[in-house]
This record gives sequence, C-alpha cells and structure tokens, in this order.
Amino acid sequence: MEAVLKIFRGDATSGAFRDYTVPLDEGMVVLDAVHWVQAHQASDLACRWNCKAGRCGSCSAEVNGKPRLMCMTRMDHFPPGEPITLAPMKAFPVLKDLVCDVSWNYSVNRRIPAFKPAPPEADGTWRMQQVDIDRVQEFRKCIECFLCQDVCHVLRDHDRKDSFAGPRFLVRLAGLEMHPLDVESRGAHLKEEAGIGFCNITKCCTEVCPESIHITDNAIIPLKERVVDEFYDPLRRLWRRLRGSA
Amino acid sequence: MDHLETKTYDVLVVGAGGAGLRAAIEAVDQGVSVAVVCKSLLGKAHTVMAEGGVAAALATTDSRDGWRVHFRDTMRGGKLLNDWRMAQLLAQEAPARVRELEAWGALFDRTPDGRILQRNFGGHQYPRLAHVGDRTGLEMIRTLQDRTVQAQRIDVFMECTVARLLTDDGRISGALTYRRESGRFLLLRAKAVVLATGGIGRAYKINSNSWEYTGDGHALAYDAGADLIGMEFVQFHPTGMVWPLSVRGILVTEGVRGEGGVLKNSRGERFMFRYIPEMFRGDFADTEEEADRWVADVIAGRKAEARRPPELLTRDVVARAIAQEVREGRGSPHGGAFLDIASRRKAEDIRKKLPSMYQQFFELADVDITREPMEVFPTTHYMMGGVKVDPESQAATVPGLFAAGEVAGGLHGANRLGGNSLSDLLVFGRRAGAGAATYARAQSGEPGVETRQVDAITAELLAPFERKGSESPYAVQDALQDMMGTCVGIARTADDLQNALAALGELRARAGRVGVDGNRQYNPGWHTTLDLRNLLTVSEAVTRAALARRESRGAHTRVEHPDSDKRFGTVNVVVRRQGDAMTVVEEPIVPVPGELRDILEGKD
Repeated sequence: MEAVLKIFRGDATSGAFRDYTVPLDEGMVVLDAVHWVQAHQASDLACRWNCKAGRCGSCSAEVNGKPRLMCMTRMDHFPPGEPITLAPMKAFPVLKDLVCDVSWNYSVNRRIPAFKPAPPEADGTWRMQQVDIDRVQEFRKCIECFLCQDVCHVLRDHDRKDSFAGPRFLVRLAGLEMHPLDVESRGAHLKEEAGIGFCNITKCCTEVCPESIHITDNAIIPLKERVVDEFYDPLRRLWRRLRGSA
Repeated sequence: MDHLETKTYDVLVVGAGGAGLRAAIEAVDQGVSVAVVCKSLLGKAHTVMAEGGVAAALATTDSRDGWRVHFRDTMRGGKLLNDWRMAQLLAQEAPARVRELEAWGALFDRTPDGRILQRNFGGHQYPRLAHVGDRTGLEMIRTLQDRTVQAQRIDVFMECTVARLLTDDGRISGALTYRRESGRFLLLRAKAVVLATGGIGRAYKINSNSWEYTGDGHALAYDAGADLIGMEFVQFHPTGMVWPLSVRGILVTEGVRGEGGVLKNSRGERFMFRYIPEMFRGDFADTEEEADRWVADVIAGRKAEARRPPELLTRDVVARAIAQEVREGRGSPHGGAFLDIASRRKAEDIRKKLPSMYQQFFELADVDITREPMEVFPTTHYMMGGVKVDPESQAATVPGLFAAGEVAGGLHGANRLGGNSLSDLLVFGRRAGAGAATYARAQSGEPGVETRQVDAITAELLAPFERKGSESPYAVQDALQDMMGTCVGIARTADDLQNALAALGELRARAGRVGVDGNRQYNPGWHTTLDLRNLLTVSEAVTRAALARRESRGAHTRVEHPDSDKRFGTVNVVVRRQGDAMTVVEEPIVPVPGELRDILEGKD
C-alpha cells in the first residue's frame, strides 16, 4: 500500500506542491509520512514536531485544507488512492515548506497583563475547590498549536493581527480572568488590545481545537459579557462619566 | 567572524524546559542579564510530555509524609548511588517550589478541603505527586513560560541551537549557536552558561523522547572538559506503547498504575507479585487481596493501611519484569504486557484522571482504555547520568559551567523515581540559576572570545554542505539507534558492549561522510547531521560506562554480573575527555552522613 502526498515546497517568495509516494504501515500518521519523505526523498523538507503524541502542538499544518496536528492525523483517515495535500498554516507567513512564522503569537502573549494572585491565607497557601478550577483547567489544556488562530477568519481572511489577539489568547485571557486567585483587571486589555469585539462567534476555532476546548462557548462569550458589563452597561457608563474617567 | 551577529549576557541558559526556565527566572531575580536559547519554539520542550506529576512531600493527601520519607524513597529508588546531598535538597525544597508555582498561576488538582491533591507513584511510599490530570508537565511549563515572558521579559532565542561552548583560558565565555530558521550563526557571549538540555533518548530507536533529545548538553559539557557521571544508567520506562508501529515507544504514564491499573501477562497473571526485590519485600502487598484493599482505600480517599501493589515498584524493577515475561513467552499479541485499568476503575474516572492517555490510545491505537487493556513494553525514557555538579550550586567541573535537570548527574543514582524529575527541574533549576548569577557577578570583565576558535567552528559546521550526498544523516542516526537498542539496551553483556564500541567507530566514520542537500534555511537534514556528533559522543559514554560497571544495579543490568557488587556501590563511573580520547575512571562517592543514614535505615 502506498499513498501520494502533495507537499508544499517553497518559501515566502515562491513555491509549489510536489508529489511524494510513501509506503503505508498500519496505524501510520501523516507526520510519519513526512518523516519518511525526509529520510528517503527530501532531507531538507522543513516541518516542526516534538512529542508525536498530540501534547506539544508543534506539527500544525493544513491537511487537505483542514488545520490539523500531523501527529494525530491517521493516514487511514483518508480515502485510499486519493492524494493527500499538505500545506503550511495559511494565517501566518510561510518560512519554508510546512514551517511558518508564528512569532506574532508570542508577541501577543507578551502583552497580556500577568497573573496577579490575591494574598495567601495565614499558612501561606491557598484553598481552592476543584469545581472552581475545573473551567480554568479546561483553558489550560491549550497546547498552543495555533490551529484556532489559523482557522479564525479575522486573522486568516482579514489579517487583523494588528487589532485582534485571536482565539488562542482569548482562551489564555479567560484562564487568567476566571482564575480563582487572580485579582488583575484585564477589561481594557480585552476591549482595546485583544480586540474581543472582532470575534463574531462563528465557532470555527472550537471545531479545530485538538484539545476539544470549548473556545467560543466557555472562553470567548463569557469574556464578551464581561466587557459589555464593564464598558457598555448604561449605569456603569454614567458612573464613569461622573467620576471623570473615560 | 566579520559579520557574526553577537550578543552579550551575564548568564546564558541553554534549554527552555522546566529546568532552563526556572534557572532563568532565578538568575533574573538575582539581578543579572539573562538569555535563554532553545531548539524548538518556547513551550514545546520535553517537559510538556511529563504526565504523572511533581513529587513533593506536601503531606496534603497523607499527613504521614515528610522530607525524610521522600529522601529515603529517592535514595532507595536510586539503589543508594545517589548524591545524598542532592537527594536531601530535593526532598526538603520541593514543597516550596511547588507552592511557588501556584503563586505564579499553576492550578493543580485539589483535595476535598481545597489543598493540592497528591497521587501515588512507583517507589513513593505515600501519595506524593501534585498533578493536573495527566498533563502536569504542560501546566508547569506554561506557568514558567508565562513567568519568563510576562513578568520578567527575558530574551528568548527560539529555534536556535548551541553548536559549541566557548572557553577562554579554561573558563566559559559563551556559546556559538545557529538560528535554525535562517541557518545563520549567532554568538552569545556570557560569563556563565547553564545547561538545561534534557536527555539522550534519541540514541535509541524505541524511545519516548522528541527529536531534540540528542544529548547536546552532555556532549557540549564533555567537549568543554567537564566530567560526566553515571552515564551507564539509562532509564527504560516500563510502559511505552507497542502497537501500532507508528506509536511504538510513546509513553504511557505511570499514573495509570498510580490510579489502580494492573499489569498482566498472556495467562492473565498479575506477574509483578513474583518480582518484588529483597530490599522492598516488606513494603509491598504479597497477595492480590491486599493490593486491592490498598486501591480501594486510595479511591475512597482514605489513608491506605494495606501495603502497596507491586505494580508500583520502581521503574527498573517493573521494566525488567515486563521484558522477562515477554522473553519467556508470556507476552501480549504485539510483544508486551497488558496494562489494565478498564476493569479497575469507572470509565468516567479514567477519562477524568487520565484524559491524555484515553485520547492517545483512542486516536492512535484504536483502543478504548475504559473498556480494554493497553499493551505496553519498556521504552527509553530518561538519562540518570550527566554532568557532574556541585549539589549546592550545580556548578560543573569547568568554571562558569552549570547544569540542571536531566543533563545533570547524581541526584537519581542508578534509577529515578517517577515524579522526581519535575521536582528536580524546579529545585535544581533554581539553584543553578542562583549559582550562575553568583558566579557571573564575581567575574571581573568580559571573558574573551577568540576569532580563530569561532572561525574554525563555523567552518566545521558548514562542511556537510560541501560533501554532496554520500551518506544520509537519517540513515546514520537510524543505524546508531538500532545498534544502541541491540547492544546497549536493558540487558547488557561485555561482548555486546565491545561490539557497540566497534560499531560506534564505524558510525563515526559514516557521520564524517554525511552530505547535506539544500541550503542553510530551516534544513532538518543539516540539523540532524550536526546532532549526530552529540549522539555519538553520548552513545560512546553510555557504552564505556556500562562496560566499566561490572555489576547490576538499578537501570543498569550486566547479564554476566546479575547481582549488585558492594564495591561498585561506593563509586561513580566518571567519563572525561583527555585530548581526543574518552577516558573512564572510578571515583569514590561521598558517604552518607550519620543522621541521614539513620533515616535510610528507618531509625527516624
């Protein structure tokens, strides 16, 4: 059994899809096929990977046009005989082959106001109930594969990286805002810097999340509600005007 | 080096896993300038793969725990070959380091009264692992990463590989690196370098490690003249996946057994009852009934009065037992043992406590672990041996060089307990950061970097581009991995080890003929070629150390010397570079002082 991979080869200036024929093994994943191509046909084929178990979020790519982790995508997921297309994530500038420049994500993260805990209890530790941290633990499952960023039309089609942080960092902000110990306020950051208003809840991000985080329902919508409460509530607006602050 | 990009720092940290990030955070807190350099993107280091938890005697889940018990467990797990002072520091400081993570935003699973919940693990007498389901490493690295980039704004050079350490008159003066993206060189000058590069798993075919684990720090330190100790002790984790081929070696967390999972052979026997070593005989259940009582207590959240199931023996013991069952014809269909949690816990509990394992088996192996057993076999997982360091400061034997985490040797002795690696990263990452900062501050003036030295290195790094195509770097790496698995695996003979040395000579010659296609821009073939040098160095060190230790102890098994030898219990095997030759010598280990000896003997 063999499969044909059509892999994007090229860089920021030019490139094309090239065909590689790969022998198939039971249980093989797309990343195995890419490694086989590296070892036998194109030693300089660039791709990122680390854990090969869906835990690190390095090997993101577009497989037949769909954002996926290559290490968690089985070759037998696709109809036999049909070529499989591999392209780098479209929302980011390509560096080479399947590797793109994701540095923008790290710069967004850097600007998020850091975690600021409430003072600990008398014994120097904190008590938290599991039920109160369950929802934050969901957000902290994020492996930063950036597939949600890739699929988000605000970033992918409209390239609003100047004004929208994207689903990954709204999840991160939700993890901070709903952290039972955190006392920092990130309302203004959410509204102005992270541009939460740009999200119009199409849920594409949720669909591609390999960790099954309910990005839209559990992270973004509650954050939108917070921003509305803080900035658009008529009573609060009046209060702010009376106090002379924005 | 006319156009060489150069930057200068007080402290350079190599590696951005738990140890590297914790070292960087500490060094910045001590007021020196710090840079971190890492081979992958930030947050992808192997620490994210740590599943089960971080061992710290917080005593939140069982009040009988304390640093003394943790110390004793660690030493006994390491077959008493550990650096006792490091084991003591680990046990004493781990709780503070874990609580500190919580102050930085980490969210561990909770006890009913709202404190940090602890899980049982192999070799730990009490539930001791603070955890987050089975993704503890991710929680840790994210917390440290956010601390690094948000609270402290440390310079991080991502996807940048250290090719060589530079020295000036025997002292560290920086590192020559290449940026993977562009292939361009970057000279990082520093008064002190902290190695936090992890292990050597890629020297073996069946392993649980990522491509990064090519023994870089071990080899860099060796090249710079530092001593390596304990290189014969490679941990084979008892439970790696075996089927399908694509996932062979991927880790199955010890947490499965900590949550009550049992090991069975093809006859349905819980074979671990037959493998309890003399040293642990009194501490483990000898009937299934007693083992089940322990599990029932643990599930109910009671203090267990029964003794622990033998599935929770130390990793060296369990790995050897599984290998023996398979060798004697009692293996599973794909040549492993059955690991069964489905018949022990409710499906809902399994999905809650082991979500990544559930997903990993469901998606990659078509196995639903809430309904059927897993098949497992040992996989190369962790390097106990490494750079010889001072236990207080983590200083190596070369001035200005420090090491922390897996790349450092001594703490784990002949076998590491699960969960102790994550506490190792925190406790000794912090100490290395402090040690490096203190050292850097005491230096007057910048150490020099010789243009000639740098030019020679860059020429060597670029040489594979001139040799078009005669050997593939992937083929050489593959051959090395096969050979190491066959000749320097779980059970070792003198003949195999001698054959390995001969094979390493041939592989080194082949590596010298490797040619690289394409250009310098993001070229994995070139990167693999450069990594080969390190893999060959550490493979030789493991092989030579394994030959020198003519006994079996912990993870190191010599077929013709099946027992531990009292004399070897008092020495480290030290690997050291002399000119171009690798030398091996025995050095006595510092004896355990009286009051700690009492703890080991249970008099405390």
